Amino acid sequence: MIIKTSPTTNSAILSIGSYRPKRLVPNSEIIDRIESSDEWIQQRTGIESRRFAGPDETVITMAKAACESALKRANLTMADIDTLILSTISYPYQAPSAATELINELGNPKAAAFDISAACAGFCYGVGMASDLVRGGTSKNVLVVGVEKLSDFTDPDDRATAFIFADGAGAVVIGQSKEAKIGPTIWGSDADSRDAITFNPAYTEFRNAPDKGVAQLGWPNISQQGQTVFRWAVYSMSKVGLKALESAGLGVNDLDVFIPHQANIRIIETMVKEMNLPDSVLVADDIRVNGNTSAASIPLAMDVLLEKHPEMHGKLALLIGYGAGLVYAGQVVQLPPVP
Amino acid sequence: MALAPADVLAGLKEIVEEVAGIAAASIELDKNFTEDLEVDSLSMVEVVVAAEERFGVKIPDEAVTDLVTVGDAVNFIVNAAK
Repeated sequence: MIIKTSPTTNSAILSIGSYRPKRLVPNSEIIDRIESSDEWIQQRTGIESRRFAGPDETVITMAKAACESALKRANLTMADIDTLILSTISYPYQAPSAATELINELGNPKAAAFDISAACAGFCYGVGMASDLVRGGTSKNVLVVGVEKLSDFTDPDDRATAFIFADGAGAVVIGQSKEAKIGPTIWGSDADSRDAITFNPAYTEFRNAPDKGVAQLGWPNISQQGQTVFRWAVYSMSKVGLKALESAGLGVNDLDVFIPHQANIRIIETMVKEMNLPDSVLVADDIRVNGNTSAASIPLAMDVLLEKHPEMHGKLALLIGYGAGLVYAGQVVQLPPVP
Repeated sequence: MALAPADVLAGLKEIVEEVAGIAAASIELDKNFTEDLEVDSLSMVEVVVAAEERFGVKIPDEAVTDLVTVGDAVNFIVNAAK
């Protein structure tokens, strides 16, 4: 007996959309509580400002706006979408997933929808999975969303993180293509360093020690070991980037754009140096004005880069996401066409 | 392979100059990376990784915080290479 399967095809990013919270927060609003300075923050991270979502800007409303923009630019409606993959680490409910909440809000409650938890690598994990779902014939059009409201899980008094993390959402539609426009995904974990970025305590601690509460236990805010993350990000992720290029049959001279996770401008600049990217490669630096938005940072950076440089539509870009786990994923993609 | 402290110091001077743009002439054993040379924590990671490659030693993250002066780094590298 032969089992019938779906015909295989190629995949492409058809469009990009994003949502940035309305409120821009300059370093001057952050520094007093951490006894720091605008100059210190910019020197260490490149960050000049970030956006914090207001009470009316939730994980779901931000993701919805990003998806609607991406759908419009692809000339598609939710009826065309059969799968939604959402990456976040800041949705405040265990279940149902943010993806099912979102797909219902978007008006197609019958599509497959699920969340993935791969922190700052989540968008690239989603792109890799969506591409393979389309190539394998399981899905026809997939919405991949990265969304974060990290201001809910960042301690404004923590001198190591208060100025880094931010809010926003970005989405792409991945669909069928005559030619391959998404290269193989290089992904993996370095889980022996899983303590480098954490959210503590667990929610169950509040149940187990109700007398202590948030006042004594603290809130499960993000914390990270900066030097460990920097070293891993720069020196291990540069190798991942080169491997993603090689697996797509390309070299650094074929590349037009580099869009790494927007963690820290120093990481980005050192990666560029380590990978020997030529000066002709346009490097995304959205971190400077919009901070580190974890799963949302790559699509947010991609959207703003294409707004500023419309000539880059359809060009080759290397994406690398990396973060808590530690986990990583990277791939070469052809940037979406002009909407 | 044993390394001579003078050779390690000379190599470190080149690395710190390259990474942090500090004139090699001002880099001496008693200089504090942070306070005297203004090498911040992230630049220190770059210095450490370059030193690992150059001298063929491992400098784990937990050891980096103990490398306060240039002399500390020279001693660590010389001992690690023994």
